[in-house]
Amino acid sequence: MSILIDKHTKVMTQGITGKTGQFHTRMCRDYANGKECFVAGVNPNKAGENFEGIPIFGTVKEAKQQTGATASVIYVPPPFAAAAIDEAVDAGLDLVICITEGVPVRDMINTRYRMQGKHTILVGPNCPGVITPEEIKIGIMPGHIHKKGRIGVVSRSGTLTYEAVGQLMELGLGQSTCVGIGGDPVNGMKHIDVMRLFNADPETDAVIMVGEIGGEDEEVCARWIKDNMKKPVVGFIAGVTAPPGKRMGHAGAIISGGKGTAQEKLAVMEECGIKVTRNPAEMGRLLKSVL
Amino acid sequence: MNIHEYQGKEILRRYGVQTPRGQACFSVEDAVRVAQELGGKVWVVKAQIHAGGRGKGGGVKVVKSLEDVREQASQILGMTLITHQTGPEGRLVKRLLVEEGADIAKELYVGMVVDRATQRITLMASSEGGMEIEEVAANSPEKIHKIAIDPGAGLTSLDAATVARAIGIPEGSVAEAVRFMQGLYTAFTECDASLAEINPLIITGDGRVLALDAKLNFDSNALFRHPDIVAMRDLDEEDPAEIEASKFDLSYISLNGNIGCLVNGAGLAMATMDTIKLFGAEPANFLDVGGGATAQKVTEAFKLMLKNPAVKGILVNIFGGIMRCDTIAEGVIAAVREVNLSVPLVVRMKGTNEDLGKELLKKSGLPIISADNMADAARAIVTAVSSH
Repeated sequence: MSILIDKHTKVMTQGITGKTGQFHTRMCRDYANGKECFVAGVNPNKAGENFEGIPIFGTVKEAKQQTGATASVIYVPPPFAAAAIDEAVDAGLDLVICITEGVPVRDMINTRYRMQGKHTILVGPNCPGVITPEEIKIGIMPGHIHKKGRIGVVSRSGTLTYEAVGQLMELGLGQSTCVGIGGDPVNGMKHIDVMRLFNADPETDAVIMVGEIGGEDEEVCARWIKDNMKKPVVGFIAGVTAPPGKRMGHAGAIISGGKGTAQEKLAVMEECGIKVTRNPAEMGRLLKSVL
Repeated sequence: MNIHEYQGKEILRRYGVQTPRGQACFSVEDAVRVAQELGGKVWVVKAQIHAGGRGKGGGVKVVKSLEDVREQASQILGMTLITHQTGPEGRLVKRLLVEEGADIAKELYVGMVVDRATQRITLMASSEGGMEIEEVAANSPEKIHKIAIDPGAGLTSLDAATVARAIGIPEGSVAEAVRFMQGLYTAFTECDASLAEINPLIITGDGRVLALDAKLNFDSNALFRHPDIVAMRDLDEEDPAEIEASKFDLSYISLNGNIGCLVNGAGLAMATMDTIKLFGAEPANFLDVGGGATAQKVTEAFKLMLKNPAVKGILVNIFGGIMRCDTIAEGVIAAVREVNLSVPLVVRMKGTNEDLGKELLKKSGLPIISADNMADAARAIVTAVSSH
């Protein structure tokens, strides 16, 4: 088992005809079981055409009806990305992964509002996506650096997630699922939501939680872990050296009003029994030490 | 993106939020003329910089004659204003706001932010006007009243009135305060603001509700919808290095240390800075070259880092995923040759085609120190810089 996605997941690509959408759909299709998983694309102007054999539909609803896809991945440009999420939610998809970076926050506030009471799970925007190694990858992460195993990874950043995975690999530790939840302030899954799934997944033994400055999501997750988590969790928070008031690349990575510092997050995580490291080169070894 | 107080007030007035009358001035003559046109007996001369604490720093003066307007305007214009938000180097004042004086009966605080926890815009208000909200939050949190605004319903009159009464707005001014807060909310959403602070909001002697100060920040992801706000950008208030970086689609922030770092990905870039600190040195910058860095982008990134005379060494940390390490190596080699690099350089590459990349660096004959992991890389650059 794994969380969120596995080799049976059927995926459509929203924004399949753009350069990014084409490139990554190809990479995802060529990874593990990708040929069976990536079954549809969506573009209202190119319905009836196909992308290298993957049929393109005018709407998400149609793509779902015709192919049975229950998940979508979005590469639509920022001004239209939130509307793409809305369409996927309205069509009743189970999972929507929005890769697009630079979506206006107001759009995401409205989209999250519209999602209330709907069952769709959103990952992102501004995220690398989700991978269950050797089964399926949905997103822009390099597939070949992963292998199947029993460690869960959840992170707000892309390359720092790959870094964590790289360290696990050097220690011979494979991953159950890796989830990049993205660096935006208003988004879908938070650390806590992913942690709940890892906790319930019989094939995940331990979790690496990678956070960064800004917000309080890591603290919220840490408190939940203290009371509920049955598996060891180790953590790292990026941004100890980040100055307040500066947006460090990600829209959500900003210390504002004295809140969201790395020190504060690390302290809360430690209080909650999570082993943390201040040295990002040690994430893998720390995880191994708690197994 | 940030704007000046006077620009913020201009925007707010469009949404029915009342402010004192006033105008931006770029010279002493301007200031006197504006004061004359405003009339009255009391004026306020306010330095316009993108930083708070201007009053305490001597950048805001209340004056009672046109001569004093002239005198204060000539003192403030051109001064280097130092506040707790400008850093010790301060900020040169190039613009003023001259406003009519206000009859202040009560000073309050109203702000709006995007709250990540509720995923809504939150209205924050407090009776402690003029004080920083963080200070109030720390010392007397019970004085802060918050409402997470329902995106469907907007800021309802009932909610706004409840907050207005909670912070002590007199009954006779509640209706006007409600209009004020609703106008602020409309401005916030329509302009894609990320932060709005009215500190202080004042009640005048005759019961009017005015924004005496206005701070607005905007979501840079949404600026494509607001060319009018983009036009308000004041490049004098921004770091030249950060402006230069944005031309090449590089995400760069100047810091105070002496080790430049070039990394792909924001999280990894912060983690790299943290590792440098862990080994006893300080990073000179945050620099994310992004996912699709080309050789040219890497060269520009090197040039940018080296414009900072404090930089005594450079650490490159790349996790090659979709981007291949050999491509990065080529970029690094070209950059080192082009800028004729004279400070130590440590390169750590991991991921796709890592061996090929390392081989290229080795064959280049350049004095590039190669490292296998982040900790080794940080240790190597810190050592190299301290012995260089």
